[in-house]
Amino acid sequence: MSELTNNLTGRLTWDAIPFNEPILLWTFVAVALGGAAILAAITYFRGWGVLWRDWITSIDHKKIGIMYIILGLVMLLRGFSDALMMRAQQVLSFGDSVGFLPSHHYDQVFTAHGVIMIFFVAMPLVTGLMNFVVPLQIGARDVAFPFLNNFSFWMTAFGAGLVMMSLFVGEFARTGWLAYPPLSGIAYSPDVGVDYYIWSLQIAGVGTLLSGINLIATIVKMRAPGMSLMKMPIFTWTALCTNVLIVAAFPVLTAVLALLSLDRYAGTAFFTNDLGGNAMMYVNLIWIWGHPEVYILILPAFGVFSEVVSTFCGKRLFGYASMVYATVVITILSYLVWLHHFFTMGSGSSVNAFFGITTMIISIPTGAKIFNWLFTMYRGRIRFEIPMLWTVGFMITFVIGGMTGVLLAVPPADFALHNSLFLVAHFHNVIIGGVLFGMLAGINYWFPKAFGYKLDPFWGKCSFWLWLSGFWFAFMPLYVLGLMGVTRRLSHFDDPALRIWFEIAAFGAGLIFLGILAMLVQLVVSYRKRESLRDTTGDPWDGRTLEWSTSSPPPAYNFAFTPIVHDNDTWADMKKNGYVRPERGFIPIHMPKNTGAGFVIAALSAVGGFALIWHMWLIACVAFATMLIAVIVHTFNYKRDFHIPADEVLRVEGIRTRMMASHV
Amino acid sequence: MSEITLSGSTSAAPERTVERATARAVGAHAVADTAPRFYLTHEHHPENGTLFGFWLYLMSDCLVFACLFAVYAVLGRNYAGGPTGAELFELPLVAANTSLLLLSSITYGFAMLEMQRDRLRMTLLWLAITGLLGAGFIGIELHEFTNLIHEGAGPQRSAFLSSFFTLVGTHGLHVTFGIVWLVTLMVQSARHGLIPENRRRLMCLSMFWHFLDVVWIGVFTFVYLMGVLP
Repeated sequence: MSELTNNLTGRLTWDAIPFNEPILLWTFVAVALGGAAILAAITYFRGWGVLWRDWITSIDHKKIGIMYIILGLVMLLRGFSDALMMRAQQVLSFGDSVGFLPSHHYDQVFTAHGVIMIFFVAMPLVTGLMNFVVPLQIGARDVAFPFLNNFSFWMTAFGAGLVMMSLFVGEFARTGWLAYPPLSGIAYSPDVGVDYYIWSLQIAGVGTLLSGINLIATIVKMRAPGMSLMKMPIFTWTALCTNVLIVAAFPVLTAVLALLSLDRYAGTAFFTNDLGGNAMMYVNLIWIWGHPEVYILILPAFGVFSEVVSTFCGKRLFGYASMVYATVVITILSYLVWLHHFFTMGSGSSVNAFFGITTMIISIPTGAKIFNWLFTMYRGRIRFEIPMLWTVGFMITFVIGGMTGVLLAVPPADFALHNSLFLVAHFHNVIIGGVLFGMLAGINYWFPKAFGYKLDPFWGKCSFWLWLSGFWFAFMPLYVLGLMGVTRRLSHFDDPALRIWFEIAAFGAGLIFLGILAMLVQLVVSYRKRESLRDTTGDPWDGRTLEWSTSSPPPAYNFAFTPIVHDNDTWADMKKNGYVRPERGFIPIHMPKNTGAGFVIAALSAVGGFALIWHMWLIACVAFATMLIAVIVHTFNYKRDFHIPADEVLRVEGIRTRMMASHV
Repeated sequence: MSEITLSGSTSAAPERTVERATARAVGAHAVADTAPRFYLTHEHHPENGTLFGFWLYLMSDCLVFACLFAVYAVLGRNYAGGPTGAELFELPLVAANTSLLLLSSITYGFAMLEMQRDRLRMTLLWLAITGLLGAGFIGIELHEFTNLIHEGAGPQRSAFLSSFFTLVGTHGLHVTFGIVWLVTLMVQSARHGLIPENRRRLMCLSMFWHFLDVVWIGVFTFVYLMGVLP
């Protein structure tokens, strides 16, 4: 009997619920109340059917893209509250004061912050934008594997769900965001924290890998006739390179996390100190994934800036071909630099020199990109709309971050700065100043395409200036502290001379907090003012690529007729050369059908992951078996597509015709 | 989305040629006035991407194996005072095992040839033989693993054995899933016949099966043959 309960509940007991931690308890109460309110609202407005039919089971790439971005923004709030807690702790915890976070909690906070910001904020935002934009830019009806796309999203979402669960059931890893062994091994982290880390990343990782394969196949196979590779929009190019990076990097993460879990679950000796294990192998493998990962994030941001710059300068992008080559060169070089993350770990001077030089070489194509953007702006008729503001803010901020990066690429300098706050300042400088600014530029740029109305410019400007100044206040002091020798991940300081810098950094974090608030206000205000912000033309910014040729929001089938491409800036070419929008002669359109299978399979995998974390072997086995059966049952469904009748296309296009006519 | 039959069958080719010709004609501004310059008036059917996508998946899987091989290369001689490969590996058994797997690749090839000839029964027969050979392979592997564990040479004994069991076991796990998939496809082919969907699926499994064969040749050479070298 006890054997059975053991297999059912594993090591989960009431002790795992953090009743004695007031911060967590109150967070839980707030989340529970908020969640209950949302559920009640959905029920009250009879939203469940709509939610299930139109969103959860949707295989429409546009809706999946939007869901990814919502996931990213929600997780941004979580990741940012972790950041605020860290800033507050470091500013309070001086001398006799120990601050408000005990170290075991503080360690979880910085680990969760890193994991969430990379895997569940940056990745969903990037994947979401690619999902929404790429099929529209290449003139396709959907992605190559629409069902897989839905499944990928739900794997990511359930991975995020597991991380959130660790807040209230058990705890998260206290190892830092890459969970180096032997600290993350069973001997030093016997509790569930690292297991939450492993299984949430494994589940989300499957989703990421599959969506990478999906988007490569989409871009390679489904471009509109006439769109050769060198006529693809730059954002699509960066998406292609990013997805190649995903497919070539994420399997390494999967493998290395699997080995770590074997060490923890099966008692193997891959990364242990004894029995011949080698912990450095973990560090090498995880960075072979980890370095390409940062380029996975930044390349699509570069793509967004390229689109934004050429649109808001009203010019063709300067140096299109060089931009493509720069992107491809970065893609390749990103695999040849991983060792610069651990110069200090004894690889020897010649190895360090090689990786130092390859790292510095990456700055050349990146610099070429910056010049391309600048030359596009040169003599352009620049409109400083919100996406353009983010772009200019990015160029100034990112260049500084890039230069501190080149500085860190010099091994002797790295020996002094390794694991210091200088490093922390550097990567926040490029990830916030590059990836996040890029995603916010992208969201502001494509929002009218997704929802049919622009975002409010006043609150957008507030958000931009608060973010930008907040970033500089929050991270410049960390460069100073790093040069003074302060290392990362500390929860207490003795030297009062350091305090002023932490105070400035905390002030900056406060500004960023206001920037996020302004962004939320912007969303609400824009929704309320949607009639006056309405985009009736489908082309609110005088855009240059195909997504602006269809209505805002686009119909389910994207384009009534598949476009034919003659030029890089297809839509600009169409507008210039007398394109007349077809209003009749429509034919039935072949589309994939919605399905709930992706959601169900992903949910089962989350149940399995949770059971494995808590050693509930019986439940884990049942979840795995059910998942396998669900997959097989799904393959017995052969009726996966349908035709949108020509009459329906005529009706939808007619609405657009009337809308365009009424708002001339 | 739309069904385009596999390479080797011909039904898809004419349509594609027509489309390319249209695109060329449009590019050369040689179309009659009736055809619009900026859009197609017929439904565009992009080439089905399943085989390409599946090949991408195989390459990602190949990277998982590459990691495991690399790990074995680093740890494969870390015996920690325990048994070595030379002491443990029974080459005759491995030879039998290898022959089963290589044969199963050939029989899968026969199944595909029969599929091209539209002969369902023969296809199913060869698939069944392939599955049995695969099951034999798994049986011998399990036998080998049990023996090793009984001798006290389990995956916990040393880093060498950890990496050995993980590399070989991951391959075995792949073959197991391959067999489950094979049975599923046999049922589906028996039910619906060799329709385009089923042909495409059999083609994917074919790639998967041959891929596992290639990986096994690596395992056989790198782990077993080189492992028994002094």
